[in-house]
Amino acid sequence: MMNREEGATGLDQNDPEVRRGQEERLRKAWAAPAGWRYLSSVNNTEVGLWYVGTAMIFMLFAGVLALGMRVQLAVPENDFLSADLYSQFFTMHGTVMMFLFAIPIFESLSLILLPQLLGSRELPFPRVTAFAFWCFFVGGVFVCGSIFFGAGPKGGWFMYPPLTTQERFTPGYGPDIWLLGLSFIEIAALVAAVELIVGTLKCRAPGMRLNLMPLYAWYVLVVAGMILFAFPPLIAGDILFELERLFGWPFFDPSRGGDPILWQHLFWIFGHPEVYVIFLPAIALLAMVVPTFARRPIVGYSWVVLAAVGTGFISFGLWVHHMYTTGLPAISLGFFTAASEVVAIPTGVQIFVFLATCLAGRVIYSVPMLFAAGALAIFVIGGLTGVMVAMAPFDWQAHDSYFVVAHLHYVLIGGMLFPVVAGIHYYWPMIFGKTLSARAGWYAFWPMFIGFNIAFFPMHFSGLMGMPRRVWTYPEEMGVALPNLISTIGAFIFAAGFLIFVLDAVRPRKNQPYEKRNPWNAGTLEWLAEMPGEAWGVRSVPIIETRYPLWQQPNFIKDVSAGRFYLPDAEEGRRETIITSVLAAEPECVVRVPGPSHVPLVAAVLSGLVFIFATFHWWLLTGATAIAAGAVIIFWLWRGTAEIPEKPTKDVGLGLTLPLYRSGPASVGWWAMFITMFGDLTAFLSFLFGYYYFFTLHADFPPPGTEGPGVFWPSVAAGLFVATWLAVELSKRTNRSGRVTAARLLMAMAAVGALAAAGALLWGPHATGLDPVAHVYPATVWVIVIWVALHAAIGCVMLLYCLARSLAGRMTPDHDKDISNVTLYWHFTGLQALLAVATVSLFPLAV
Amino acid sequence: MHFFGRTPDTLWTLIAAPAIWAIHFLASYVAAAYACAPNADIFRDIGGVRVFIGIATVVSLVLIALFFYRAWRDWRRRTTGGDRGTRQDQEGFLEFATMLLASLSFLGVLLDATPALFIVDCR
Repeated sequence: MMNREEGATGLDQNDPEVRRGQEERLRKAWAAPAGWRYLSSVNNTEVGLWYVGTAMIFMLFAGVLALGMRVQLAVPENDFLSADLYSQFFTMHGTVMMFLFAIPIFESLSLILLPQLLGSRELPFPRVTAFAFWCFFVGGVFVCGSIFFGAGPKGGWFMYPPLTTQERFTPGYGPDIWLLGLSFIEIAALVAAVELIVGTLKCRAPGMRLNLMPLYAWYVLVVAGMILFAFPPLIAGDILFELERLFGWPFFDPSRGGDPILWQHLFWIFGHPEVYVIFLPAIALLAMVVPTFARRPIVGYSWVVLAAVGTGFISFGLWVHHMYTTGLPAISLGFFTAASEVVAIPTGVQIFVFLATCLAGRVIYSVPMLFAAGALAIFVIGGLTGVMVAMAPFDWQAHDSYFVVAHLHYVLIGGMLFPVVAGIHYYWPMIFGKTLSARAGWYAFWPMFIGFNIAFFPMHFSGLMGMPRRVWTYPEEMGVALPNLISTIGAFIFAAGFLIFVLDAVRPRKNQPYEKRNPWNAGTLEWLAEMPGEAWGVRSVPIIETRYPLWQQPNFIKDVSAGRFYLPDAEEGRRETIITSVLAAEPECVVRVPGPSHVPLVAAVLSGLVFIFATFHWWLLTGATAIAAGAVIIFWLWRGTAEIPEKPTKDVGLGLTLPLYRSGPASVGWWAMFITMFGDLTAFLSFLFGYYYFFTLHADFPPPGTEGPGVFWPSVAAGLFVATWLAVELSKRTNRSGRVTAARLLMAMAAVGALAAAGALLWGPHATGLDPVAHVYPATVWVIVIWVALHAAIGCVMLLYCLARSLAGRMTPDHDKDISNVTLYWHFTGLQALLAVATVSLFPLAV
Repeated sequence: MHFFGRTPDTLWTLIAAPAIWAIHFLASYVAAAYACAPNADIFRDIGGVRVFIGIATVVSLVLIALFFYRAWRDWRRRTTGGDRGTRQDQEGFLEFATMLLASLSFLGVLLDATPALFIVDCR
């Protein structure tokens, strides 16, 4: 084994003076900005907390809306809320709980936990994290605020057209606020997902091979991957939807060849995986809590990985079970019924793993364990009713009734809210150094558990008795008054329990002493945290040899704290962490993560304003803000990314020297681009799905006599795209080989080529007079070519940026991250261009 | 890295079996949807699609079984538990997880093929 007495510079780590100096430098490098500059903080410890806090506030807001609904439904023919306001209430309740609580709480908790769990100092893109948070904040406040002006969306959380696309059914800005506000938040969620995937794959402590990764990290990897494939179809759907609302492009209007069912497909291709996006991270929290209090490693680690990965895949084969009543052929329903039953297997495996761990260990009582047990009990009931509604014949009876309301709340509250409360109780000392009150936890749990069942169990019966969802009131004669009254009473008991939890969380704890380190005697890395915590993450980046290092590696906490592992110092006063390889976590390089900055905040506010102005059709302001936002982002990239270090390598201790600059697949930026473009490709494929969907189901797609965009101009565009693509690849290679002038020339040529390619692509449908308002065929062609042309335009800006970097000496043959990542972007854009041309020009018109 | 003549596992080999499930699922769904579109003639026979799904099912099951076999062949000779920080453990873990995922995917493909066994038209 390596000599752990020596630090990075060959200093004696046993010398308290040496350690004190290192700690001072680390503390200074990682210090959060004070005073009015506090909001410029980008460290995961601050941003993660704001994120969690904001998501919890949105959750309380949505909870109050739910109580309003329950008051309205307590007695028949009540007039506490008007029908209009009630519609806004249930739409906002669902929307806020899903988009502003369930997903962000997972991403934000992960942002706090992940670096600690992986033994890393920080995730690779802290400013991106801050950007995602501010986007979420701006979008969330905008969407929530609308209800105070009576302008809230009221089409239900899945916004089915044509109810929501046509002004005569839904006047006002409600659907636009929903669409634009949420698209913006979805982009923020995607951004955070990219950060989490790259973090899990590349920022693990040295030695933490895939088989040693904490289970939470496995779930983060799976769930972030799911977000990457689930959110883009919804964003694509949002774009189609908004184009119909703003400009009358008839994607969902049957009178002009459109099809409202397409929205349902796109929404649920997102919407069903979304359920597992919410559920899996909650299970992940339980996978951390249960072993700690069963006092043993988890039983069946591989089985949990099976469950996570298996569920991740199968969850994409379930979306039609929300659409059983849309008249699809029985064989289609059969496929989805089968997949819906299969997914019960991995879901059940996780529950049995937890039970087995408890049986094999010696369980000690604690509040997190109490909530974990409550979660499992509630979730199992929701899972069983899920197996019932997964069967089409039963679903036809229960569809759109309160039975479904009961089912989904059992799944989400058991599978998400209770585990989150367990997780917050469990991780509170890691974050704040003090525990929440065990007594208050007990007093919160029982009203929550009992109240929840009183509120939601009767809904199974009111649903089977015929009570439909989303009605603002019901007549006495329906006979559902009693179950509704019981539900309302239960809802308030539940809310009282939750209030106890919230009050305990926010009460001042000045006099409460700090906990000892690792207060639960847990075995995983995040409990290295000092009490009170330090902003640097880990004192030194450890070498991992086991799954529960605190239990299984001798002297572990002591060695980490004495700086006997990697990077015990911040000699240059920079924030640094180690990048490792994907499978074996072998050290590859040191990455310097950026410090505090207001730029993410400004960029997010400006981007948010673009969406807000677009909602109200203030086009000039929209355009101006879009340009400003773009300028700020370029400024951000120019100043803060791909920085050339002052020396090529750095001694990180234990005799290891690592490079400070790597481009290509060894750099985190390359991975982020790769993953982002996968999500981007998914959105593009969703448009193609729409195209072929219309073609398959509608005889008049394209309408008879249409010649489409022709073959000539699209072919020219394809040729130009290929030429540009080649020029970009060549410019990367010539630059790397040292022929800088040739590389610059190629970049300039490629930039021009990109614009020409975009122009040629747009010229096709223009020259043949395709009118997007007339019919869904021209509208779909336009949307596909505009999407690709926009990518070409952005690709042009990227190339000019690289050219400027090269001219400014910020990009050299040895330091070529910029062009390397832009080349990757062009691989994806080139592929999309070829697919787009093949679709719109050749198929179905020319073949 | 080459060791003991065994085949190295990666994240890609881990997700191969469920990816085959996904392709089989999508192909079956698209084929049936295409054959029945635009859902007007509900008594249309879908014999061709059923044969296609049958063939796709056999191919998928064989492929998944191969991935299972590949993992099992290496895994059965292992003595490590998969929970330590060695290359052997990493491989053993990936092999075992691959076997589990392949089993689930096998079952998934079988179940997803059953509607084609029973449903003969576009009703």
